[in-house]
Amino acid sequence: MASLDDLKKRIASVKSTQKITKAMKMVAAAKLKRAQDSAEKGRPYSEKMNNIILNLSEGISDKENAPKLLSGTGKDQIHLCVVMTSDRGLCGGFNSNIIKKAKSYFSRLSGEGKELKIITVGSKGNDQLKRVFGDKIIENISFKNSKNANFFDAEKVSKIIIEKFQKEEFDICTIFFNQFKNVITQIPQAQQIIPLKTDINDKEKSEDNYEFEPDEDEILTNLLPKNISTQIFKAMLENSASEQGARMSAMDNATRNAGEMVDKLTIEYNRSRQAAITKELIEIISGAESL
Amino acid sequence: MSEEFKLEVVNPEKSFLLKDDVTEVVVPAFEGEMGILKDHISIISFLKPGIIKIYSKLGEEKYYVEDGIIEFKNNNLSILTSSIFDIKNMEKSKIDEMLRVAEEETAKDNISDQAKYLIDQKIEVLRSIN
Repeated sequence: MASLDDLKKRIASVKSTQKITKAMKMVAAAKLKRAQDSAEKGRPYSEKMNNIILNLSEGISDKENAPKLLSGTGKDQIHLCVVMTSDRGLCGGFNSNIIKKAKSYFSRLSGEGKELKIITVGSKGNDQLKRVFGDKIIENISFKNSKNANFFDAEKVSKIIIEKFQKEEFDICTIFFNQFKNVITQIPQAQQIIPLKTDINDKEKSEDNYEFEPDEDEILTNLLPKNISTQIFKAMLENSASEQGARMSAMDNATRNAGEMVDKLTIEYNRSRQAAITKELIEIISGAESL
Repeated sequence: MSEEFKLEVVNPEKSFLLKDDVTEVVVPAFEGEMGILKDHISIISFLKPGIIKIYSKLGEEKYYVEDGIIEFKNNNLSILTSSIFDIKNMEKSKIDEMLRVAEEETAKDNISDQAKYLIDQKIEVLRSIN
């Protein structure tokens, strides 16, 4: 059994760990509020953007010559996967969930004999993927220095993707991120962004005919790259809200576990202290009796 | 009948401006300035760098934009832009800085005609508000 001194040290160390996790939880809670706010505020833009694109793609006259970003290259041989994770750890299953989702997608692709290319956004995803898929990772982007998700960063990512698309380095692009549902639930998502998947059913079909200035094709050509930035930005916002949520609940759990551990250790400490006292008493009494 | 319609300006970070009492909006559309009144036909258009003028009961408001898309439908005007500034709050130093960057851009020779056109527009507008 551990000596009294050892127990005392362990209690102190668990207590100080608890202090750290508690502080991290508080920080995450404060950041979560902000991240959630900006995720909510960012929604109208991406929704509107989506609506406009839907209206446009319905109205497009010449489907054959539609921009490649919308219609795709006509093949689905090379897949580009953009895995978006956080730059920091200690956030529970946040990163692992995305990676798990991505990995199952990867293995399905390789089962179908498709070629795979990976871009990781965020260093944690890169750390986890490079062991198995290291040769597939063509780019690693990290925004360690920016405090919050901002549109500028999203544009950087989308620029890289679009450049690669124009060089015909891939046919289909999918992004992986966590969608924020609430503090304890984040849903890993895979969303295909190139070619754009239009879900006409989930939108009231508009009968109006729009007037376009300049014409549809030109608007679409200009709009699609913007839409990719918007989608990526949305993913970044969702991700950062999810990250803080996941961290908050992970740290909450850690704080609770540390509390339980301190209780258990304190009981053990008290018991062994009592045992030592009893032992000493017995020694004294039996010493006195033998006289 | 009132002659007012709804206007929403959103940028990627948030809903920038929401008004339901505007009477006229003038936007710098790609093919020239365009005034929008109530019951305008549904339209989607691009913006080039310029000034958005919003007229309401309270008077006129001016915003500087660099790019964006507008959609008008059922008397709802949505302006989507990633760069919008209230001209009243724009500091001179910032305008100067933007001008400097734009002038550097336009001096490069590897830019496309369209990009050059947009930057020239931008410089012109920035000079006019400066």
